[in-house]
Amino acid sequence: MARVIGGITSSHVPAMGVALDTGRTDDPYWAPIFAGYEPTRRWLGREAPDVAVIVYNDHACAFSLDVIPTFAIGCADEFPPADEGWGPRPVPVVQGNPDLAWHIAESAILDEFDLTIVNRMPVDHGLTVPLSLVYGQPAAWPCRVIPLAVNVLQYPPPTGHRCFALGRAIGRAIASFEEDLRVVVFGTGGMSHQIHGQRAGLINSAFDRRFLDGMVADPVTLARMPHVEYMREAGAESVELIMWLLMRGMLPDKVEELHRFYHVAASNTAVGHLLLRAAS
Amino acid sequence: MAAHHDYDDIPGTVVFDAKRCREGYHLNMFCMSLMKAENRAAFKADEGAYLDRFPMTAEQRAAVLGRDWNRILDLGGNIFFIIKLAFCDGMSVQKVAALMTGSTPEAYAAMMQRGGRSIEGNRSRKDWSDG
Repeated sequence: MARVIGGITSSHVPAMGVALDTGRTDDPYWAPIFAGYEPTRRWLGREAPDVAVIVYNDHACAFSLDVIPTFAIGCADEFPPADEGWGPRPVPVVQGNPDLAWHIAESAILDEFDLTIVNRMPVDHGLTVPLSLVYGQPAAWPCRVIPLAVNVLQYPPPTGHRCFALGRAIGRAIASFEEDLRVVVFGTGGMSHQIHGQRAGLINSAFDRRFLDGMVADPVTLARMPHVEYMREAGAESVELIMWLLMRGMLPDKVEELHRFYHVAASNTAVGHLLLRAAS
Repeated sequence: MAAHHDYDDIPGTVVFDAKRCREGYHLNMFCMSLMKAENRAAFKADEGAYLDRFPMTAEQRAAVLGRDWNRILDLGGNIFFIIKLAFCDGMSVQKVAALMTGSTPEAYAAMMQRGGRSIEGNRSRKDWSDG
């Protein structure tokens, strides 16, 4: 049977991708950030998961204002890196796992979580930057990827509670998949940031640290936080953290924190990174 | 009459809600069009003629031509779409953010290096009016 072995949270700041793609990872500005992911790179090297389910948001690349899916699951064979206006990132094409993706879609929808099914979409920095952070620059990504896109650009995004509940439903779906696969789950985006308006640049490290603690020990309480509290306390764009809760829902209640990294700032954003092992 | 939202009180923040999506649809779809190289070339060659393709309001059009970033936000622009116009101009996200705060890119970058803008004094519009 398929099994979730661990979960990863990660920022997806586009400038991190640019630094990686242009060979500037040793710059004093970037070096501490990439070093913060080193334990996770080693863990993934040892564990070699077969599939990654990556919860991320599209940044007006695959979706525009024409269609705004709240939750969309990528069921294609592959997903090309998006051209976000300056050419696609020089990273490998993301290989999907349609068997598992369709199983999740079917299982979740019959479980009353109405996912949008996507058979063709490019994936932007929201998905590819976290992959680069944990896998470096390989010729091909070492695992299959199931993209799960969450709307956070148009208010209202889904609630944290709904995300967490969907995560649990997907966790059940994965556990009922017959193939013997080892799955790692990603929640991307966050932490504190606001990139627009007169209040841009807001960082609330106390909020972020509480959130990191809650992700490990008490996600059920965390999932009750209303959107306005994220937006007010940690910057309007920090509402992306609901995607971490979706990831957390896919993990068992009890997890072991293997690694934590927190850094201010990458561009406009507080970087938060957790590596959680599913307690057996 | 506009409905009241719990986020209306957050200072210096423009939440992209239903009203803004409806108001800014064409403005944002113009920004989205700049992801294609041929569209960027056409826009750069004659901004006014290119904007004629999108039925924006006169105010939105003027704000785009004047790169009045906060005005673009106020008129229904979504930051993730606006960024595509900024990229077309060769600007980074951080530079646009800096300009929106009324700061300079250098001073803004230095603020981020020092740990960013504090939450204290920036929670509610009341904090700002008192200051």
